[in-house]
Amino acid sequence: MTNSGPPRPPAYFASRVFSIAVAVAVGLATSPFWYGAAAGGRPARPAPAIAEAAGEACVLPLDRIRVEHPALLAAWRDEAVREGRRMRGAAGHGAAGLEKSLTGTCLRCHADRAAFCDACHTDLAVAPTCWECHVDPAGVAGGGRR
Amino acid sequence: MLERMFNGGVGGRGWLWLGALGLVAAAGVAAWLRQLGLGLSVTGLGQSVAWGLYIGQLTFLVGVAASAVMVVLPAALHGYRPFERLTVLGELLSIGALVMAGLFVLVDLGQPGRMLNIVLHPAPSSMLVWDAAVLGGYLVLNVVIARASIAAQRSGEAPPAWVRPLVYVSIPWAVAIHTVTAFLYAGLEGRPLWLTAILAPRFLASAFASGPACLVLLCLALRRLGVFDAGERAVAKLLEIAAYAMVVTVFFVLVELFTGLYPGLPDHAAHLAALYAGPVGPWAWASAGLSIAALLLLVVPRARRHRLLGPLAAALAIGGVWAEKGLAMVVAGQTPDQLGRVVAYTPTATEVTVTIGVYAVGAILVTLLLKAALPAEVERA
Amino acid sequence: MTCTRRDVLRAIGLAALGGAGLGGAGLRLALAQDVRDAAHGRYALVIDLPRWAGLDPAVRRRCVDACHRAHNVPDLSTERSPLPRAERRERHAIRWIREVGFEAAFAAQGHPLLAATLREAAVPVLCNHCDRPPCVRVCPTRATWRRDDGAVMMDMHRCIGCRYCVMACPYGARSFNFRDPRPGLAEIDPGFPTRTRGVVEKCSFCAERLEAGGIPACVEALAAELGEGSPFTFGQVGDGPVARALAERFTITRKPELGTSPHVFYAVG
Repeated sequence: MTNSGPPRPPAYFASRVFSIAVAVAVGLATSPFWYGAAAGGRPARPAPAIAEAAGEACVLPLDRIRVEHPALLAAWRDEAVREGRRMRGAAGHGAAGLEKSLTGTCLRCHADRAAFCDACHTDLAVAPTCWECHVDPAGVAGGGRR
Repeated sequence: MLERMFNGGVGGRGWLWLGALGLVAAAGVAAWLRQLGLGLSVTGLGQSVAWGLYIGQLTFLVGVAASAVMVVLPAALHGYRPFERLTVLGELLSIGALVMAGLFVLVDLGQPGRMLNIVLHPAPSSMLVWDAAVLGGYLVLNVVIARASIAAQRSGEAPPAWVRPLVYVSIPWAVAIHTVTAFLYAGLEGRPLWLTAILAPRFLASAFASGPACLVLLCLALRRLGVFDAGERAVAKLLEIAAYAMVVTVFFVLVELFTGLYPGLPDHAAHLAALYAGPVGPWAWASAGLSIAALLLLVVPRARRHRLLGPLAAALAIGGVWAEKGLAMVVAGQTPDQLGRVVAYTPTATEVTVTIGVYAVGAILVTLLLKAALPAEVERA
Repeated sequence: MTCTRRDVLRAIGLAALGGAGLGGAGLRLALAQDVRDAAHGRYALVIDLPRWAGLDPAVRRRCVDACHRAHNVPDLSTERSPLPRAERRERHAIRWIREVGFEAAFAAQGHPLLAATLREAAVPVLCNHCDRPPCVRVCPTRATWRRDDGAVMMDMHRCIGCRYCVMACPYGARSFNFRDPRPGLAEIDPGFPTRTRGVVEKCSFCAERLEAGGIPACVEALAAELGEGSPFTFGQVGDGPVARALAERFTITRKPELGTSPHVFYAVG
């Protein structure tokens, strides 16, 4: 094989078709930004309806619970189900002696899952599977535990 | 190896083949999506027979995967020349079988999205964890060895030195994968039909009958397509191995019948009665008939070497082993169930579609792997 | 052979995968431990079989219903099921506690000349909460485990639905959710979750009630109706009514030859 100098890029890369294809790809990749600008700037932040039971603070302060509630619920799940430690200890925000229960504790205050949990989750395209098993008391008469 | 799988053409017939397989695989995916939506109620399974067609295919395919050792052992340990070109084929067949086995576990799960829990929270006492580990390890082993062998073949050099110890390791590992799969069943004190020490030897014997038979049919198909010729001696030897393995398989079945029927323990006898006279009876008798027919053809050298009877014997062997491992054994172990009920199990259309779809995916994979492994003749086929 | 960029990237990728896999697996195995609850003794249930057999069928059914209602167990197969007839399938039925014949419950322990009262008895069967549960041994993800107080527990969040435990249980105590259970529920008790399709469930000795200092729903239902005449005696093996019952009566368990050491005892004499 004779050596004819450094390898040249194939003619395809220098062609017009390639340049158009790159432009289209960049356009598609940045389309969310164009779409958002055309739809009128940043959409409103979802406002979940928080119905507070009188005199009770949430389990964690607002800035923390907003960020940490997935980890909190996962920790509660393992502690309550696998280790049998269902009641919260004295330390920590919110009343001591709270049960680590999605339906029984969280939804006791934030009663309507559609107005509360789903408000942010639907907006963010998050679909946790809690409600496949855990009971949403708004759908069933009366209050509930767990 | 990846670029050799996907670059270059496969010829008109190749596209037809892959296209047809793709359609079947797509149908399987659609059926599985239906199963995801409605749960396993779309299958014929129930509380009495909770494992059926899917787990049967896992069992059968682990056997096919393990059978690569029947080609590798003579070639690597005894320098048997006719098998040297076949080892790669055996390894590629293993890879396809292992991938399919994994897919069958996936489609059988009630919560497939949580599949990784086996890796995240493994329980060392569970044979399923060990089965996943050894099957995964064997898959990696086969991929590494096959890649190195194919690359060496292409460049005309000998494979690198580190391949040899891996090949040696793959021999007992092949025995291990099917033994651990047998332990899945044999470790259950509540299932008298499976709770037997001979289950692992039975699995291995039937694997060494059906696996070489699969390889024989593959070699004959490749020869017919003009893509690869394994040679008369290799094919003849494979059928010889299948013959001996079939003798042992049938012998083990007869031994089991003796232990079950002569002392007449109620549990064992009830399961054997359910196996041969119960709802799954037709499959058990089909397995017996196919296996004996295969045996008769395989032990007669003239029949074995015959142009038509040889492949027929191979097909009968595969059919006989499949009817037993792929369905009869799994269902009969659950019939009667723990409360003494005999409940029939009939796979539904959805279940069968998913099963055939997984086989199609495996066939596509093996086709592409062969394309990477065999010389450029493939493109002309 | 020259070493190309692809080779280096491949080596790094494989090393990362392998290292992560081995390290993760090693860490997990090292940290994995059976959950222990050392606060209690060992629970057991003693069932007075002749007394149960002598109960009115409606009372026996109320006992079963108490359990299934308290735990949102769906009815997928009987005439009372909310499902349309065409969808009712006996093979999908979920039962935490049920009645079966003597032969079905105690196959190897009966004999052809057994007394008619026993031979024709309906025997209540449930999870036996064994000392050496085969289901716990085979579960690949530790979704089921045995507590120190004897209850064999289920973690519905971790179950992958492989049904190996259903294979392993010698007693047929476990049920798999072949479909979404909620259509099979005429009413949902908000005090307990339902399950979803694809997980296995079974009697849990009402662990949630035990933790709150109560007794299982089936025991409570019979005690409320029958008081001292209830065939179910529940408690700890070391002392109390269970110890007395075990000392005074001849009790058998199901399939004792398998070595699982069940802790649901049937007083037959």
